[in-house]
Amino acid sequence: MSRTWVTPGGVHPPENKHQSVTQPIGQLPIPEKLIIPLSQHIGAAATPCVEIGQSVLKGQVIAEATGMVSIPMHAPSSGIVSAIEHRPIAHSSGMLAPCIEITTDGADSWIEHQGISDYEHISPRKLIEMVGNAGISGMGGAGFPSAVKLNPGRQRPIDTLIVNATECEPYITADDSAIRERAGEIVEGIKILSAILDHPHHILIGIEDNKPEAIEALAPHVEGTGISVVVFPTKYPSGGEKQLIYILTGKELPSGKLPADEGVVCINIGTTYAIKRAVIDGEPLISRVTTVTGDAVATPRNYDTLIGTPVSHLLEHSQFDEQAGGRVVMGGPMMGFTLPSADVPIVKTTNCILAPSYAEIPDDEPAQPCIRCGMCAEACPASLLPQQLFWYAQAQEHDRLEAHNLFDCIECGACSYVCPSNIPLVQYYRAAKGEIRQAREEKVKSDHARDRFEFHKERIEQAEREKEAKRAARREATQQAKADHAAATANGSAAAPSKATPTGATPSSSAADIIAAAQARAAAKQASPEDQRAKLERTIASAEQRLKMAEEKLAEAISSDSGKQDQLSAAVENTRQKLEQTKSKLAELAE
Amino acid sequence: MIELIAQNPILAALIALVGLSILFGALLGFAAEKFKVEGDPIVEQIDELLPQTQCGQCGFPGCRPYAESIAGGDDINKCPPGGQSTINAIANLLDVPAPELDAEHGEESEVKTVAYIREDECIGCTKCIQACPVDAILGAAKLMHTVIADECTGCDLCVEPCPVDCIDMLPVAETIADWKWSIPAKPGQMIATDRRGEVSPVAQNEDAA
Amino acid sequence: MQEFAVILVSSILINNYVLVQFLGLCPFMGVSNKLESAIGMAAATTFVLTLTAMASYIVNAMVLEPLGLIYLRTIAFILVIAAVVQFTKMFIEKTSPLLYRVLGVFLPLITTNCAVLGVALQNTSKDLNFVQSSLYGFGAGAGFSLVLILFSAMRERLAAADVPESFKGAAIAMITAGLMSLAFMGFSGLV
Repeated sequence: MSRTWVTPGGVHPPENKHQSVTQPIGQLPIPEKLIIPLSQHIGAAATPCVEIGQSVLKGQVIAEATGMVSIPMHAPSSGIVSAIEHRPIAHSSGMLAPCIEITTDGADSWIEHQGISDYEHISPRKLIEMVGNAGISGMGGAGFPSAVKLNPGRQRPIDTLIVNATECEPYITADDSAIRERAGEIVEGIKILSAILDHPHHILIGIEDNKPEAIEALAPHVEGTGISVVVFPTKYPSGGEKQLIYILTGKELPSGKLPADEGVVCINIGTTYAIKRAVIDGEPLISRVTTVTGDAVATPRNYDTLIGTPVSHLLEHSQFDEQAGGRVVMGGPMMGFTLPSADVPIVKTTNCILAPSYAEIPDDEPAQPCIRCGMCAEACPASLLPQQLFWYAQAQEHDRLEAHNLFDCIECGACSYVCPSNIPLVQYYRAAKGEIRQAREEKVKSDHARDRFEFHKERIEQAEREKEAKRAARREATQQAKADHAAATANGSAAAPSKATPTGATPSSSAADIIAAAQARAAAKQASPEDQRAKLERTIASAEQRLKMAEEKLAEAISSDSGKQDQLSAAVENTRQKLEQTKSKLAELAE
Repeated sequence: MIELIAQNPILAALIALVGLSILFGALLGFAAEKFKVEGDPIVEQIDELLPQTQCGQCGFPGCRPYAESIAGGDDINKCPPGGQSTINAIANLLDVPAPELDAEHGEESEVKTVAYIREDECIGCTKCIQACPVDAILGAAKLMHTVIADECTGCDLCVEPCPVDCIDMLPVAETIADWKWSIPAKPGQMIATDRRGEVSPVAQNEDAA
Repeated sequence: MQEFAVILVSSILINNYVLVQFLGLCPFMGVSNKLESAIGMAAATTFVLTLTAMASYIVNAMVLEPLGLIYLRTIAFILVIAAVVQFTKMFIEKTSPLLYRVLGVFLPLITTNCAVLGVALQNTSKDLNFVQSSLYGFGAGAGFSLVLILFSAMRERLAAADVPESFKGAAIAMITAGLMSLAFMGFSGLV
């Protein structure tokens, strides 16, 4: 057995996992409507590539990835695209986000798909492409596009692959039941990952000791493969990426660095299963195991849920009693959030729907003043000082917050859990992080605005300088012309019409030259009356056209009463006058 | 010499003090030359904190002149686009107390606005283009003018010059990307007199009686 | 060697100039709002104290005593202190304009810091040699720095804490200073 390290801090809340693992993973009837949000992951939202009314098959691409850090979305079941619009999604703000709605036809017909069984002989790049095309993102909760994570680049050789089977949060048993039933496929998925990452030296499955059945299920499949199942004592929050890396390897990830910088890649065990289905069976990520639990549901268990299933569908199927519990939480009791309504859809990162009764998870007690007991600092798994962060967050001292490493907080909730004064510490940190991020963005914008303003000033000054230079040059030219003219009249030589050459006159040539040249041009123009008449006729034709259009616009404005009548009637008058003028000129010419 | 000084104590005192003063004066003069300071980098640091809308609401023609004035001792609470957070930041930098925003110079608005030109009414006069301090309006004489929304700082300077009054300041909608958590309510007060606005029961009774 | 240790412990802890002898309270209360400015002030004052102790010893030994001008001590020392502070001010203005601006009026006010004059005068009354005087000056500065930095760190936390309205600001600072003073009195009898 590999050695394990112990993380600092951590808490031991009651696990409450036994309720939802009494039955195997269940199947739900296909919901009437599936709502697939375009952004279920970290990175740019996907772009729809279907139209309303189009019929789609199960597994068909309905939205494509936008840019490098993005994933595509697929239809979880066959049906017709009934809407592409903003819908309520599972977000604490309660705001809407763009979603594609599919009205299912019940047939659940798959699109043609095929995987590769011989992944060992496919290039890692091709495998990564398959993972990317299958729309796989981290299913442990963060939702980072897996294809990007599995491509750390040549500067970062990977020597350890960690598969995260910890599932440390109470109530959640999605990964546990998945391992129990699908251990073989999971290990296959791990082998695929190993092929993608060029066979790292260590492949470790990290699992807590509260899952003996899962450990037993994995044992026969990992024998002889070089994959080690590392069991360590249960503690919340051991499943965090940084915490798990420390527990299994003893490496402490420096602030701001990625695991890949230390040669480690950490993938959730549910994602591993999805990768196996994508590569070997050719199936995109369209469903996941979700735990439905809590005393307010009559039958807590795990379901293989289609992405986009409304939470109300899950609750209905589990006999949710609305009177028994006040709220529905997406996620676990430590890091989950209360849903604004049950009509929001399940997404790729939804591992649990928790419907506690009032007795099970009572309402928050009002917060009391901080007594500076320091329990929060003892519980923090990231070795931060939550008490100091709390005081500085209240006082909004951003530089002190950053000095105390606010952004290293993983928002696990251990500090709020132990606080004897019931202070919602994590809320303070989230608010402070939001403010600091906003301040940083504003700083970038204001620096940019300053640069533009400096350039604007410079441009104006440059224009002024050029104007001055031209003015000076012209003044000089006139001076020169006057001097020349005086000299010329003194000498008695003729002023310069003979020298009139309209082309090639440089700015420094005498002003008399310029004037004479212009006169010569005008005289030349008078030459041909036919040309003139033709020109005038053309002018009349276009003026008549303009007049007609202006009158039409006026009529329209009057009928729709758009308030622009005065402007337009003035314009009409103007055009009419011009037309009269041109006509009279033509008449003159004819005489 | 020493005897002279010993016999005339007042003279001795005078000579001693004057001598010391000259000595130290010389030293300080030399130091003043060696440690001469040019310019005032504090202005840069203050300018970094200002929001750069160049709107002129503070009474100065731009953010940098206001920064220079603050360096000279002006009040720091004249910038509405910066709001209270900018006042706090400048107060922190200069280690002075942070006052409330001076309402004379404008109100801090919660919502950010961006200019929008109603293209149907634009007559192509370029007056707004000349007014914009960050060149955020695209256009030329007799051609359509339009505001580049990403570059607009919401300073309002283009609205006045427009002869047909076709520019609106529209609020920027909050998206899910800019949404952020708000800070929770303060934990309960322990001392009765700290509860804001609450009159103590004793005082209430006295008033009633 | 032991003598130097005794001098240092005495001037830093046992007879701390701020909390035990109650000298130099003006910058102690005035520049202790932020840790950065407190550190700057502490460094400046230590510099001034050490130089002053040395310079005033020299002036005393070479000018005042030979000429029998002991009664001019106070004026002469103030002259010395003013010059040293002016020099320090120029030096700080050049090297750290931010610190210069942050210290503001308190930098020239080091001239009137009774701790500086106190050190200079106390050194003459104790019949010390040059090295001992300088060490006393340095120790005084170190003690001042220690207390100022501790106090400013506490004041920063107090600024963010839930202090009752009527105690905010100077009141709670004074109470804190008083408590610190009580704590430092525990050092008496150490040597």
